[in-house]
Amino acid sequence: MENQEKLDEFQARIDAGEKIEPKDWMPERYRQQLIRMMSQHAHSEIVGMLPEGNWIERAPSLKRKLVLLAKVQDEAGHGLYLYSATETLGIDRSELVDQYLYGSAKYSSIFNYPTMTYADICAIGWLVDGAAIVNQTMLARSSYGPYSRANVRICKEESFHKKQGYEMLAKMADGTPEQQKMAQDSVNRWWWPSLMMFGPHDSDSPNSAELIKWQVKLKTNDELRQHFVDRMVMEAEAIGMELPDPDLEYNEETGHWDFGDIPWDEFWNVVKGNGVMNRKRIKDRRAAHENGEWVREAANAYARKKKLQQEKAS
Amino acid sequence: MTDNNNDNWPLWEVFTQPKSGKPHEHAGSVHAADKEMALQNARDTYARRNEGVSIWVVKSKHITASTPEDMGPFFDPANDKPYRHPQFYSVPRAVKKRS
Repeated sequence: MENQEKLDEFQARIDAGEKIEPKDWMPERYRQQLIRMMSQHAHSEIVGMLPEGNWIERAPSLKRKLVLLAKVQDEAGHGLYLYSATETLGIDRSELVDQYLYGSAKYSSIFNYPTMTYADICAIGWLVDGAAIVNQTMLARSSYGPYSRANVRICKEESFHKKQGYEMLAKMADGTPEQQKMAQDSVNRWWWPSLMMFGPHDSDSPNSAELIKWQVKLKTNDELRQHFVDRMVMEAEAIGMELPDPDLEYNEETGHWDFGDIPWDEFWNVVKGNGVMNRKRIKDRRAAHENGEWVREAANAYARKKKLQQEKAS
Repeated sequence: MTDNNNDNWPLWEVFTQPKSGKPHEHAGSVHAADKEMALQNARDTYARRNEGVSIWVVKSKHITASTPEDMGPFFDPANDKPYRHPQFYSVPRAVKKRS
């Protein structure tokens, strides 16, 4: 029963900085919001393997291939940490996967953009993983224990993702005119989508206030985005990359970089399923899941057989 | 958490030991059809960077845990026994300095 007393008690625990653990009492809405947010995060990690996996076989060297393989494997791992954390809320993994492949569950729109050149792998590492780190560093202090711990683990690994991308981009920026052009083109295409990864402006973000009250999130979308922009301006300058925003300007008063209008029409269009890659991504994920069906069944059959053998032997 | 439902392998809890001499710690969970696969999945998921020198897996359904509701009465036998702590006892000043 959700009486006011219990809700107040819960809020007091949150305000005191206590972590909420799976078996603790929590408002139903807190549970539902977490399931929505955490599973969306998990789906994003899994679908995030596709744009990068696209380039594994065409990596420019064996070293880069090893790096990319390790990164993509990490993304799978991150998805699994998050599914495992989501399951502590009393929902089954297969149900989560179902909602994602055949239902209405969302994943981050950033993965609905195509990766057209290897420079996109560099830009994704730098910008997309860079934005993810800003978000996940905050989520590592989230009020829900399992989610917070999953993000601590993710953050430890994610900095390698960002650094390998940044290093490659710096190399390209220092390379032939063709390489420079390729790198710049890639940054131009990924800059705005990476700003949109932080979600709508605070004024258009209906969930934000509640999530912050419960300290599932500790900062607003706009605060995180600003933090990201400030950092990226500095990093772009250091490697001689231009950011495609003529309105970028340091604001002496606030101590932050002001930036231009974000193309929200495009954002909502991609969220609604009309991005270049939306259909292909979901089609590929379904195929991977359905083509793996026999493997899951075979493993179960094998486990049953061995159990029987053991029972006979004993 | 049903076993052998075709679509869903059972859930296992994973405990990793970061270094020899340290205790095993809960890392998270994995799905796997049997115990060998559970160990391998646990290694691939929770020890890609030498985070563990040893891994335990146990089916989640086999874990019995205390409940938050019972926390008070369950642990309160420990509350009124300060004499279990060394601070409860006084020691001559001369000895105290040396320890």
